Amino acid sequence: MAEHALKPSTALGHDAPKTITIGSCQIAERFDVALASLASRRGQEGNVVKIAKASKLPLAAPAQSATGKSFGSFWLSADQWMIEADFAARENIEAELKGLFGSAASITEQTDAWVRFDVTASNLRPLFERLCNVDLEKSDDGFASRTVIEHIGCYLIKRSTALVTVYGPRSSAQSLLHVIETAARSV
Amino acid sequence: MTQNNRIAGGLIDRSKTLNFSFDSKVYTGHAGDTLASALLANGVRLMGRSFKYHRPRGPLSAGSEEPNALVELRTGARQEPNTRATVTELYDGLEANSQNRWPSLAFDALAINDRLSNFFAAGFYYKTFMWPKAFWEKLYEPLIRRAAGLGSMSKLEDPDSYDKGFVHCDVLIIGAGPAGLMAALTAGRAGARVVLADEDFRFGGRLNAETFDVDGKSCADWATAIVAELKSLPNVRLMLRTTVIGAFDHGIYSAVERVSDHLAEPFPGKPRQTLWRIYSRRAILAGGATERPIAFENNDRPGIMLAGSLRAYANRWGATVGDKVAVFTNNADGLRTVQDLKAKGVDVVAVIDSRNGDEVVDTSGWLGLASVTVRRSDGKTETIAATGLAVSGGWNPNVNITSHHRSKPIWNEAIAAFVPGEGGPANLVAAGAADGVFSTYGALQSGQARAIEALNELGLKVKAAALPQAEDSPVSIKPLWFVHSGKGRAWIDFQNDVTVKDIKLAHQENFSSVEHLKRYTTLGMATDQGKTGNVIGLAVMAELTGRSIPETGTTVYRPPYTPVAIGALAGRSRGKEFKPFRLTPSHKWATEQGAIFVEVGMWLRTQWLPRNGETHWRQSVDREVVATRKSVGICDVTTLGKIDIQGTDAGAFLDKVYANTFSTLAVGKCRYGLILREDGIVYDDGTTARMGTHEYVMTTTTANAVTVFRHLEFVRQCLYPDMDVQLISTTEAWAQYSVAGPNARKLLLKIIDQDISDVAFPYMGAGNITVCGGLRARLFRISFSGELAFEIAVPTRYGDALIRKLVEAGEEFDAVVYGTEALGVMRIEKGHVAGNELNGQSTALNMGLGKMVSRKKDSIGMVLSQREGLNDPNGYRLVGVKPVNTQQALTAGSHFLELGAAPVVANDGGWLTSMVYSPHIGSHIALGYLKAGDQKIGKRMRAVNFLNKTDVEIEIVSPHFFDPEGERLRG
Amino acid sequence: MIINHPILGPRDAQEFIYLGDASLMARPDGMAADAIPTFHDYLYQRDNPAGEHRELWYHEQGDRSWLVVTRNTVTHTITKVELARDVARALGRST
Repeated sequence: MAEHALKPSTALGHDAPKTITIGSCQIAERFDVALASLASRRGQEGNVVKIAKASKLPLAAPAQSATGKSFGSFWLSADQWMIEADFAARENIEAELKGLFGSAASITEQTDAWVRFDVTASNLRPLFERLCNVDLEKSDDGFASRTVIEHIGCYLIKRSTALVTVYGPRSSAQSLLHVIETAARSV
Repeated sequence: MTQNNRIAGGLIDRSKTLNFSFDSKVYTGHAGDTLASALLANGVRLMGRSFKYHRPRGPLSAGSEEPNALVELRTGARQEPNTRATVTELYDGLEANSQNRWPSLAFDALAINDRLSNFFAAGFYYKTFMWPKAFWEKLYEPLIRRAAGLGSMSKLEDPDSYDKGFVHCDVLIIGAGPAGLMAALTAGRAGARVVLADEDFRFGGRLNAETFDVDGKSCADWATAIVAELKSLPNVRLMLRTTVIGAFDHGIYSAVERVSDHLAEPFPGKPRQTLWRIYSRRAILAGGATERPIAFENNDRPGIMLAGSLRAYANRWGATVGDKVAVFTNNADGLRTVQDLKAKGVDVVAVIDSRNGDEVVDTSGWLGLASVTVRRSDGKTETIAATGLAVSGGWNPNVNITSHHRSKPIWNEAIAAFVPGEGGPANLVAAGAADGVFSTYGALQSGQARAIEALNELGLKVKAAALPQAEDSPVSIKPLWFVHSGKGRAWIDFQNDVTVKDIKLAHQENFSSVEHLKRYTTLGMATDQGKTGNVIGLAVMAELTGRSIPETGTTVYRPPYTPVAIGALAGRSRGKEFKPFRLTPSHKWATEQGAIFVEVGMWLRTQWLPRNGETHWRQSVDREVVATRKSVGICDVTTLGKIDIQGTDAGAFLDKVYANTFSTLAVGKCRYGLILREDGIVYDDGTTARMGTHEYVMTTTTANAVTVFRHLEFVRQCLYPDMDVQLISTTEAWAQYSVAGPNARKLLLKIIDQDISDVAFPYMGAGNITVCGGLRARLFRISFSGELAFEIAVPTRYGDALIRKLVEAGEEFDAVVYGTEALGVMRIEKGHVAGNELNGQSTALNMGLGKMVSRKKDSIGMVLSQREGLNDPNGYRLVGVKPVNTQQALTAGSHFLELGAAPVVANDGGWLTSMVYSPHIGSHIALGYLKAGDQKIGKRMRAVNFLNKTDVEIEIVSPHFFDPEGERLRG
Repeated sequence: MIINHPILGPRDAQEFIYLGDASLMARPDGMAADAIPTFHDYLYQRDNPAGEHRELWYHEQGDRSWLVVTRNTVTHTITKVELARDVARALGRST
């Protein structure tokens, strides 16, 4: 990346991401993830799958997330995914993916559209059942879904029984953190 | 006080003594008591006053059906009116006060209403307060409101919080009596995800209130053992103190968990209550049954209680209503009370079994029962001294939730009660007493059977395990609804003071359908929703009309099953947490600068930025406008909706969505567009840029960002399913600032890495650039202010740094940061439409933009925008408005009138949509929709506003007040 | 209510936005000579049955798919849920 004079700030408005601990629960803001949406162009669905495979970019099945060495993804809608990558290495994720997929897919930078919180706790069910209607108990690891948390549209990814990622709209970062904290205290 | 009426046994913990007060008098009770059981143990029978007649009342029941024993619980901000003492768990330090009485519970001045009861019969209000009409608002209503109601509110903000949550299960079991426990055990052992919810603070239901054995142990011990097994199963979730209040579609139930009601106050961070939304695949209603009284003269005195409740107080709580108790029953179950009281050493002074022709005809004792008058089958009457009277008129299955989808319960003659009917919630079945199965063995069997059926439907094969041994007595009842003698009042609905006389009156006056009966007499309309009274009321009506009970019919039950605090329904959405907020990238900087914010949807936007001791908002706004037009101003425009539209058909798609054409837009250019609704009305506007051959970026208004996106998806999926178009919102991804004014380019040149001269970046240009030495950014040369203006966007994380950089770079130009007010002034000076003009009623033609609607292509709204009614040459047109006297203010919402025309609707010419003070014009200016406005430019009219009482002479002008030729923005 | 989403399975109706009669998908040709009366009927003439109704729901808090839901307006029983895009294709709207 070119060196430029602008200093980034996190969605919560700080220089560095914050981690909040409430009881056994940790809410960690993640600031090191680059995101881009990827949608197959019409008639290019097979081609997109092929390119993704060749690029070691795992495309998740519906309601799922997938992880790979350089890229991860979660499903957004029919033939559309959110691609996750390391920010330091791939701040310019849009340009990179455009290079890989050419005219087979529509790619849009999404990195700063979202705030990401990684929530860990010994038992996440009591916390998340106060936040959204996702049935965490019944969901497998890797489950990913859009959901509503206190009026805020979010994506929730169950990484493991002890780790859930919540992507929320960046502008609502403070409100989203507040409701997660409140629920964590309420458990 | 000592606990004089405390007797042996029970499920209370006598090693834990709790102090509490009622009407400031201090008492003691034990852990496991309710407020009602503890008061009874202390010899207190009088706990409340009735609603209308202010009759002294004690508890009728021992559960959530209680109509009488309502108190104000707690004090200060936590004071809670109309709390049922019968379900209030005792805690140390509990404070309760009686209500609906003055000056005291024992002496209540309004008890005079009781003497005047002839005047207060059903329909009293309807008949009395009819005329004179003028008296209603000033006299009658305030008077009635003062006398009405039961408890009072603290009027302080509730200090507690309430949660909402979601629970998922295979089988929801409502109620944990014998049927519910057996169902839970069966489903739990089969491995299903089970939720067992009970409103009580101890599982077991009637098993905690009876003395017979189940499986060789006391029924309460059996329940305890089952609960212990259920607790050990990880797939079973036990929800105590949780009332399922309603059934909704497709297996969704809602329940209130009283998380902290049994504590003086919640633990820090913990909610007072939680409202659960329960998703269930199958549900079993095992909610038991509620006993009903019998109506006879003066059947409402403190000390007169339902027989099953009286025995519950004795068996579960070791409390008796008094030392001498009579029992009046029309069924065999009532006799259990006789047997249990005797076993506890309570003197049963009389057994009046109406099946033998004996009846209670009257009682005495004003503040508490003193005697019972009995008429034996041989016609002889006798008066027996008694401090308690147990009454059983039979049991009503708690069918309520089964009729939440309007299913009507059906009459079962054998048990003389309504049982669940057809057409209830699709995944719900009733078991045990709720289904009319009253014996303990029957309940166990029914609970097990319903559970097995549910499990089989879910694909789990289970065999019936051996059922425990338990009593299996048949129901023996001979219905008796009211005692046919005496001239006095016999109560049916205790809380609303509805008596047999009222039903007779309703019948006399032809309000004999159950729905009319209910509304005319207010039967069943109190906080208890007639749990004890409704069936008696309609049985009395049936008898009066000579119809059977099934012919008479019943009203249906609606949610909630028991009263719900509004706080529980609000959850966390109150005060500052009412809704989430959205912050712009410049928010932190603006806060440091002392900006004033305005809520726009969920966004907080800078409204204006006070400087140099400015005290009035107009000073700040005028300064921001003048400085922008003179040199340069910066404004955060991130909130505008941004939608990325890509694909080989993106241009064709936009041609469908927009009234004007976008497929012909050159790469690197943007264009203003109008989105119409299919009915031809303008939906939204904004500029859309073509960033590449197959890449567009659409902007929407802040308010419509979400709905426009929805609309685009509709067009894409439902109307043109095979267009090659992909959509994603990027509103949040980019921090976008408008830099406007004659020095805008000079300012931006200091941070932009490329050439942005008029040649390289002409008006309506758009492109990807870099700023500050290499950061990817977007630049759009668009203007809302009418000035030379650019909108510059960087990834949001750099937005805070960019606003600081822009302000710093702008110092040499005396740049200002302006807010939404200055933005509004400048757009009105330019005659640009915004929310007030995009009001969902206006066409492009109304806005003066009729030519934008292309008829060369098929776009949404194009066809119906041609409708005759929308194309009246004398219809509304957007105009500018100036006051003739520049010192006079204009008011938005004022109506156009011809000079000298009477201010009547027929003369209405339209209205002023937006108004500002323009520092450049030197007066107020406004936009408005004026009939035939385009033909009235230069004309003088009036702007009349009845609300503000203003009547201002105005001149109609072009809406383009400032730089009408647009020379500045092309500079 | 629960809507059995063709891709995502059962989802709470709270996640959806309701639009109305699925006949809204049968948008006529705007360039036809009789477009004004045709569009009038398309936009304003709707059945309002007490019974089975095909209607459009948008999974806004989900995968942003438009669905055609066949629902009994009296009992709320849902008998069929289709992706609107598939229905549109079947209606011959691909061109």
